[in-house]
Amino acid sequence: MTKPQEIDVMEPAERKPPKEKFDQLEAYIESLETTKGALIEILHKAQNIFGYLPRDVQLFVARKLGIPGAEVYGVVSFYSYFTTKPGGLHTVSVCMGTACFVRGADKVIEKFKEKLGIESNETTKDGLFTLKDVRCIGACGLAPVVMVDDKVFGRVKVEDVDDIIEMYRSNKEEQYAD
Amino acid sequence: MQIKSLAELDKIKQEASVKVMVRQHRNSEETNKNILVCGGTGCLASDSDKVIKNLGAILKAKGLSEQVQVIRTGCFGFCEQGPIIKIEPDNVFYVRVKPKDAKEIIEQHIINGNRVERLLYKDPQTQEKVHTQEEMAFYKKQLRVALRNCGLINPEDISEYIALGGYQALGKALTQMSADEVVDTVKKSGLRGRGGGGFPTGLKWEITRKQQDKEKFIICNADEGDPGAFMDRSILEGDPHSVIEAMAIGAYAIGADKGIVYIRAEYPLAIERLTKALEQARELGLLGKGIFGTDFNFDITLKYGAGAFVCGEETALINSCEGKRGEPNYKPPYPAEEGYWGHPTCVNNVETFANIPVIMTKGAEWFASMGTEKSKGTKVFALAGKINNVGLVEVPMGITLREIIFDIGGGIPHGKKFKAVQTGGPSGGVITEKNLDTPIDYDGLLKIGTMMGSGGMIVMDEDDNMVNIAKFYLEFTMDEACGRCAPGRIGTKRLFEMLHKIASGEATMDDLDALKQLAYMVKDSSLCGLCQTAPNPVVSTMKHFWNEYLDLVKDVDHPRGEGKYVPKNKIGMKS
Repeated sequence: MTKPQEIDVMEPAERKPPKEKFDQLEAYIESLETTKGALIEILHKAQNIFGYLPRDVQLFVARKLGIPGAEVYGVVSFYSYFTTKPGGLHTVSVCMGTACFVRGADKVIEKFKEKLGIESNETTKDGLFTLKDVRCIGACGLAPVVMVDDKVFGRVKVEDVDDIIEMYRSNKEEQYAD
Repeated sequence: MQIKSLAELDKIKQEASVKVMVRQHRNSEETNKNILVCGGTGCLASDSDKVIKNLGAILKAKGLSEQVQVIRTGCFGFCEQGPIIKIEPDNVFYVRVKPKDAKEIIEQHIINGNRVERLLYKDPQTQEKVHTQEEMAFYKKQLRVALRNCGLINPEDISEYIALGGYQALGKALTQMSADEVVDTVKKSGLRGRGGGGFPTGLKWEITRKQQDKEKFIICNADEGDPGAFMDRSILEGDPHSVIEAMAIGAYAIGADKGIVYIRAEYPLAIERLTKALEQARELGLLGKGIFGTDFNFDITLKYGAGAFVCGEETALINSCEGKRGEPNYKPPYPAEEGYWGHPTCVNNVETFANIPVIMTKGAEWFASMGTEKSKGTKVFALAGKINNVGLVEVPMGITLREIIFDIGGGIPHGKKFKAVQTGGPSGGVITEKNLDTPIDYDGLLKIGTMMGSGGMIVMDEDDNMVNIAKFYLEFTMDEACGRCAPGRIGTKRLFEMLHKIASGEATMDDLDALKQLAYMVKDSSLCGLCQTAPNPVVSTMKHFWNEYLDLVKDVDHPRGEGKYVPKNKIGMKS
């Protein structure tokens, strides 16, 4: 929470999210009975629509609610669920709950960092993987746990990391093929 | 249809009880069978969904869909052995079932009536196959109150909850009791908050009730952020109606008509099941206007958390509900006096609520007969780490840690030696061998330098380095501290840096001194509970494993053994 988050000062034109998404968000905000106290709900919705919360989206929300942009950013940067950076195609979440930690999750995440060449909360250059260390997933019986998108891998060993990455790397070609 | 009286509820109960009768009465004459498959997050992660699909398909192919029901239940608790299947009324418990085992289960067990021996649980100590749930060491010493319906009913079907006596407590409270009597019953039961603090629930209700304000709120704290605890999630996934019913009872008692469940966005399955449960309760008129034909109105909305540990603290939670940063406020005023949008607000934890309906139906005396003098009832623990039987266990207060770890938990795997157990999550401390026989309750744990917390229990073996463990917890609290007060913001960061320095072998004795001093400073001067308790893992590991710290200090050729080193500061460890 204390870590400052980076925010893009300039949003390159081609990365500007499409207008339809803003319309979708606007429709949601207008469907609410009241916007009093609804900032977090709206940001949840916005992150659902856009995948992340870039500067433009935060300012859009601020204008719609008639509150300062700083207040929106204050909330976005406070909660770890909100992100201001676009994620990769796959999100690799390594559970860092205590149960997973004592069973070696720290070694597993180190291996992922080494293999993917990124730190946690970063995305690989090819845009394929985003690595995250997450708080307890709540599947402590399977510790250590790694989650790739929605798929849970239990009892992960350092040796398994290569296989998991490879599984999704080879998928990439299929997805590009169709 | 809308339920307007206890009699109408009873009618639904009678009709629905046929469905669950097989599961309650161990009547082997019964030809109908229920196959219960665990649908908790742990088991779903190991393909229990595919098991259900296969079972259904095979039953259909064999023309048995009528006689045999496949039911997706909540968590059985024995997560280590998932996916778990239970066949009723035969009372047979299969573990680590794979999707391809479905065929054998149906052909061997359902059709031929023979147990599939290889899928039975093997006791790690005796190496014998165990046939029923009750014979398993893991379940023998447990007493399921809050988890009473988890793994027994289909959480997505309100009639199964009603069949087991659900919503009777609400009906009784609304039609036969005054609000004061409800508060009194909860007070007499001795129930204390299961979220960690242990504040008497009845007293909290009474304070909220006494406030003079037309608008009041009741909030369920389902923002389970403790790494390694998952009981709230299991209750919401396995028995959502018990929480809804309890919130309605609480609302009646304090005089509120609006409820909020503040739930982690990271728990999609719990959100889904709770949403379904709310819809079903509204359809039956158990939420909404004029519940049970009285003039009591009540409804519940959901608010999603967004990943902040501090939001488990009630004032922070309320700020977050209002759409703000989840920073805690200074207390008093307590939320019971001035909470959500300035109105009196009662915040209770999921597990606390899960106990309420059963207290109302079975009575305060029944509940108070369990547990110890000052901690009544049972507590759910999430047993994890280096232990054979990982899972959720519910035990009466007053049981010893040794019983939980060695009898229920089955001891330490791979023949390793037990080293310590951390209770209370990042706010707690470690307990070593010498305190294993302390009876567990709120005060007992405080006495040995740790706390109940939400009930996470992480077991460590001889391979774990305690400096590393302390560093791990400090990294967590440093990240999760909200940043509002300086001791929390800067203090936890400095503590982490010092631990990092020690762990990497760069530290001197002076650093150890400074670490101690700062630990007490942060403890004494932080704004809220999160950072007041953040140094606990440091203090407690230093107290019990001082040698491991000394081993890492580079400039001291210290003689091994505790107590040889005399700290320069007066703020030494009290041992």
